[in-house]
Amino acid sequence: MSKTDTTETNRAAGADEAAAADLSTAPREETAGGPALGVVGWIRWFWRQLTSMRVALILLFLLSLGAVPGSLIPQTSADEMKVADFKAAHESLTPLYEKLQLFDVYSSVWFSAIYILLFVSLIGCIVPRTWQFVGQLRGLPPGAPRKLTRLPAYTTWRTGADPEQVREAALGVLKGRRFRARSAGDAVAAEKGYLREAGNLLFHIALIVMLVAFAWGQLFKSEGGKLVVEGDGFSNTLTQYDDFKSGSQFGVDELEPFSFSLDSFTGTYEKSGPQRGTPRTFEAAVTYTRGGGKDEKAVIRVNEPLKIGDSKVYLIAHGYAPVVTVRDGRGKSVFHGAVPLLPIDNNITSTGAIKVMDGYRDKNGEKQQLGFKAFFVPTFAGAGKGDMFSQFPALDFPVMALTGYHGNLRVDSGLPQNVYQLDTSKMTQFEVDGGTGVAQRMRPGETMTLPDGAGSITFEKDIKEWASFQVSQQPGNGLALGGAVAAIAGLTGSLFIQRRRVWVRAVRGEDGVTVVEMAGLGRSESAKLPEELADLAVALTATAPPAPEPAEAEASEGVEK
Amino acid sequence: MILAAETNEGLAQLSNELVYASMAVYTLAFLAHITEWVFGSRSKVGRTAAALTGAKDAAAPATVSVRVEGAGGTTVLDRPKVVTRSAAGTRDVPDGPGAAGGTVKGDLYGRIAVSLTVLAFALEAAGVVTRAISVQRAPWGNMYEFSTTFSTVAVGTYLGFLLAKKNVRWIGLPLVTTVLLDLGVATTWLYTDSDQLVPALDSYWLWIHVSTAIFCGAVFYLGAVATLLYLFRDSYENKLANGGEPGSFARSVLERLPSAASLDKFSYRVNAAVFPLWTFTIIAGAIWAGDAWGRYWGWDAKEVWSFITWVGYAAYLHARATAGWKGRKAAYIALIAFGCFLFNYYGVNIFVSSKHSYAGV
Ligand code: HEM
Repeated sequence: MSKTDTTETNRAAGADEAAAADLSTAPREETAGGPALGVVGWIRWFWRQLTSMRVALILLFLLSLGAVPGSLIPQTSADEMKVADFKAAHESLTPLYEKLQLFDVYSSVWFSAIYILLFVSLIGCIVPRTWQFVGQLRGLPPGAPRKLTRLPAYTTWRTGADPEQVREAALGVLKGRRFRARSAGDAVAAEKGYLREAGNLLFHIALIVMLVAFAWGQLFKSEGGKLVVEGDGFSNTLTQYDDFKSGSQFGVDELEPFSFSLDSFTGTYEKSGPQRGTPRTFEAAVTYTRGGGKDEKAVIRVNEPLKIGDSKVYLIAHGYAPVVTVRDGRGKSVFHGAVPLLPIDNNITSTGAIKVMDGYRDKNGEKQQLGFKAFFVPTFAGAGKGDMFSQFPALDFPVMALTGYHGNLRVDSGLPQNVYQLDTSKMTQFEVDGGTGVAQRMRPGETMTLPDGAGSITFEKDIKEWASFQVSQQPGNGLALGGAVAAIAGLTGSLFIQRRRVWVRAVRGEDGVTVVEMAGLGRSESAKLPEELADLAVALTATAPPAPEPAEAEASEGVEK
Repeated sequence: MILAAETNEGLAQLSNELVYASMAVYTLAFLAHITEWVFGSRSKVGRTAAALTGAKDAAAPATVSVRVEGAGGTTVLDRPKVVTRSAAGTRDVPDGPGAAGGTVKGDLYGRIAVSLTVLAFALEAAGVVTRAISVQRAPWGNMYEFSTTFSTVAVGTYLGFLLAKKNVRWIGLPLVTTVLLDLGVATTWLYTDSDQLVPALDSYWLWIHVSTAIFCGAVFYLGAVATLLYLFRDSYENKLANGGEPGSFARSVLERLPSAASLDKFSYRVNAAVFPLWTFTIIAGAIWAGDAWGRYWGWDAKEVWSFITWVGYAAYLHARATAGWKGRKAAYIALIAFGCFLFNYYGVNIFVSSKHSYAGV
């Protein structure tokens, strides 16, 4: 930085270089210009650039930069509805965003390119570093530099002991402190802290393991959703799912054979205060069997999925399923069952449709289909109090409003139909009070009579709850966790352990008294290094007690450059 | 079942009062710090300039001799004198004398400020604990609770450093200032009545994941303050070294800070030390997400920004090891990384819709 002592610096650096060689396996930064010759030269140059730390740094930067838009723009993988809303609201931006794959950032070509490059760089970096490190482990600590005074920590004293004795003792002391040490000429060379490098390599390898685990999970995972009404069951086959997604390598026969039924769902909510209505517990009590075994009971909570073999069953959502009975003109029951309705707000105001597909005949004996639009609130505010929205999520004052239609439900039209919506294009609304006015509000136990002897619909007293579950199978979780734990362990070793070298030189001076010199060198400056050196020196003075200094002048010579 | 427990209104009220009381005491600590700086400005030390300009003329090499003292007087032997040399190319500039500038009055006010900070910390910690007792759960269910815990932990860490006799009193003023800001925002905009948790948050992972996240944030914050001051101090030293003449205010303030090298070292140590814990925090979050949502990683906004923060700090650590990126460039990366942490906290909770948004503003 300051230019005043560059010559000084260069000389010092020259002396340190041999001693510091291989103290780390970090790749050398090559600042020299372009490649040497030909295609091979270019390839080699490119490879060296790619595996340099500077490029790793730039790629890390790009990776975090690339992750940003995905957190600000709705993502298909997270919420398709939001993406659709966004597209509708930003018509001019949408084509551009689509071209840039901004709705699928994390699986986009450009994002993949960044992390694949980064991981190629990582592998290209780790392999040579590992070899180098193995070489260092098998080799011996390098011999002492000629001038120990140049090293970051240095101490010296004179002693009456023989140089050989001192070196012998130094070897003992250093080995006793778990340094790798050896005698080399007139000095002892020692090194410690290899775990730093090992930790660093372990960390970087663990990153690769985690990526592989993640990719593995993506390829072989499966994830399906199923809505189950209290009392109903589910068995884990493809046809039973409401929706199902899987990785490209997933085979359907890999679905874990099990089934379960929902015995009851319990939801409790804050009764008062500003957070009134905030959910407090959600619990689904289920009975499950695995591969035809015996029945077992379990409770699934939001944070506690049920583990069955490789599959996990998560509680995702819940709502109400009023039980209704539809009768035709002659009083014959043509539909009886619980109809799950979808919540549209936090107080579980719900909507849905009741579809009577077959079995119904009108008063003329003609086959017809019936449909009802249902609007349900678990806690009604009371007549005349604004819109019919629920005031509380629990079943305190349930009310359902139904609008009836007759005609053709168009379920066979070939188009996939939403079970929660009614296609009324081929249906006629039943007349209400001489017109087709408002829907009729009903309390549990009440019956709505359809006009002209068309029958009736009863809102039964028994209101069921439903819960929706996600069943996932995701291999590679264990591997990812193992990688993560290894990454933390490696990181800790790499950041908290200092790799350092110590040399002890003992030679007989001109006056026949032994001069001991000790020096230490670390990867980075640290206050611990001189302290450790002093400790070692103290330990060594047991064998090599300091002799009186001959003169002050000589003592300062040791410190001089 | 914890959830069934009623929140204790009286305790919740007490908690609020404790937090307000701590704000009052922090304000006094703030004023005491200001007084310390004002008194300190009257001393003209000029050590930095002397070191930087003196080194050029003096024939003596720019090495520092450090005598490492023995641990207690049990050994009869004198500990040997270890001579240390700084790595080639670094400046050997002594640390500034601190805010008090060596003045007795300034130092007195500095001590008063620290004592007040201890008191305020005790009040605030009591506020957090009573809040936790009032709701019978970890006090980290919404942003008000995060914010109060966050500043408590930041101040606690700072006091811990002081207790360990680290030279960190220079953090005092910026820390107390931001703690006041944080508490002000928490009590006025983020306040949420004490209450139970939504089921999704009711998990022992809350204790693990959120406590480590808050701790990491507090320590990253101290690192960021040091980094920022490093940048100022470094340009100040550069200016002096190149014969420039810094403004008198800048000189007075920056002169008293630790040297750029010390600040840089402090922020590196602090950031490097919590980085593994931050890694752990993200992994713990992923495990929790695996239990709660059926996937351990889903690129949810909060997850993305934790990842970005992580990559940012990883880039910082890489930069420190890469020639040509050390020093100022690395410092900018550290600041960007901390910015990402902050955005993850305020930005994602407030502006971005995320699965984590139930944390309650
Ligand atoms: C996914 C990409 C990567 C991440 C997240 C990452 C992360 C990290 C972190 C957090 C550290 C600090 C821990 C330590 O000092 O030991 C580190 C150090 C290191 N990384 Fe990486 N790294 C990545 C890729 C690479 C690549 C591609 C290279 C090779 C060019 C590399 C070479 C190194 C080296 C040599 C160190 C040690 C620096 C030192 O000794 O202080 N890393 N890495």
